[in-house]
Amino acid sequence: MTFRRKYEEKFFRGLCFLFTAIIVFALVQIIWTIAQKGVPSLSWQIVSQEPKGGFYFGKEGGILNAIAGSFYLAVSATVLAFVISLPVALFMNIYLMKYQRILMGIRFFLDVLWGVPSIVYGAFGFTLMMYLGYKNSLGAGVVTVAAMITPIMIRAMDEVLKTIPIGLQEASYALGSTKTETAYKIFFKEALPGFATAILLAFGRGIGDAAAVLFTAGYTDYVPHSFSQPTATLPLAIFFQLSSPIEEVQNRAYAAAVILTLIVLVLSVSARMLKPKK
Amino acid sequence: MLSTIESIHQRDVTVVPANIPIVEIDKLNVYSKGAHLIKNVSTIIPKNKITVLLGPSGCGKTTLLKCLNRLTDLYPDLKVKGSICIDGENIFDPRKDITSIRQKMGLLLQRPYPLPMSIYDNIAYGIKLKGIRNKKIISEKVEKHLREVALWDEVKDRLKTSAQRLSIGQQQRLCLARGLAVEPEIILADEPSSALDPISSRVIEEEFIRLKSNYTIILVTHILRQAKRLADNVIFMYYGEIVESGPAEEIFENPQSEILKEYLRIGH
Repeated sequence: MTFRRKYEEKFFRGLCFLFTAIIVFALVQIIWTIAQKGVPSLSWQIVSQEPKGGFYFGKEGGILNAIAGSFYLAVSATVLAFVISLPVALFMNIYLMKYQRILMGIRFFLDVLWGVPSIVYGAFGFTLMMYLGYKNSLGAGVVTVAAMITPIMIRAMDEVLKTIPIGLQEASYALGSTKTETAYKIFFKEALPGFATAILLAFGRGIGDAAAVLFTAGYTDYVPHSFSQPTATLPLAIFFQLSSPIEEVQNRAYAAAVILTLIVLVLSVSARMLKPKK
Repeated sequence: MLSTIESIHQRDVTVVPANIPIVEIDKLNVYSKGAHLIKNVSTIIPKNKITVLLGPSGCGKTTLLKCLNRLTDLYPDLKVKGSICIDGENIFDPRKDITSIRQKMGLLLQRPYPLPMSIYDNIAYGIKLKGIRNKKIISEKVEKHLREVALWDEVKDRLKTSAQRLSIGQQQRLCLARGLAVEPEIILADEPSSALDPISSRVIEEEFIRLKSNYTIILVTHILRQAKRLADNVIFMYYGEIVESGPAEEIFENPQSEILKEYLRIGH
């Protein structure tokens, strides 16, 4: 190897290492900051009680309203998004295979939707809610978040379905399956581990988003008991409580941040572990 | 055109009593984005014989095979013209139910593609598609077809485990059993031993010889020696055309065209 090539190799390896280190450092720094401020205020009381005396001024109580609210919201939205996404993703990969141009258009369209900022979904949900005469509620939040994560879920499922080899399709059709049977008996089963990843990915986006629920789900001190009641969510619990002048309330915000980060971290790790090992 | 051994000297005679046609292909043309993949192919494939589609890679053998059960429908770019009759029925007739046409044929691909389910369910899948719901009948058939491909003894203790854990040779035999379970008349095989080790591919070949008394086998291969071991009839293709076809002895012993002579000489 010539002198130049040798140093070129070293230089670029160093560069890669440097930037990787920066990224890892940033992540560690974020987690460290949240943990430092949030972990000391984590307690059984925080996770098991609703805030007392108002979430903004009350020093007592916890953030159960936000934890429960976020779970209700994200689980419902994910279920709703899954019910919509599954047929769409299968339709794209079974029936639309003949129309590659339309398929390309749909994929592009979904990618654009993926990139739309969540506040826009929030505004859209708010307009829809007003038009239909609903108030801030868990239901409105679910619909808005579902609208936001559906394109993500469809595209993630679509990417999984795209990897199914044509040979498996041929084998299925050759046995005399109809398209529907191929879709739900063969494609669905083959793609199931990948679908789990898609669902977790969408769930993670849903639970962590503040802007989509800001106008639609509202905020409350109580755990909701129906879809028509407003609900608190973890991202908004951070947003509102952090702006409080009272230290105990601020600490609750950091505790909420720790919990939210943990949830998203666990989701990402499980999504990774569920990925098919092929 | 195919003829029997009895009519060696009458090559133009297409059908004699011993050769009952099961597949009749008439003026078949396949185009793909301007390329002409199959050029005006007309031929007859006789029942209960092994017909080998022979030829170099890219000559249209696989495309022709996939036309037979209309898997060409899966490829948006392929345009198929002409007619293929199986048991006298035109498979391109839009009024015909494509799933029942496909169930007349079992398909074996270059690589095995087991369905994402257990060994048992892989075989039972096709049986259930035929409307059989009785569990006892299904399990009898599963056993019968696994025995038919000599796989039963190897898998009988783990029928409920995933088929994807089998070795590739076992998977290919499973795929054969799966195809037989829908009780087809024809077995379509597209270079079925190309991914297998010599022993597994020999097992598949022996299966074919045993199966031909009950089934018609159409085998795509570019392996000359395999063709010689198995073929009753040979269709030699080159660039989308049938160059020569006839009984195996005649094709291998007495080739007419220069291309086939060359192919036989090099391929040996």
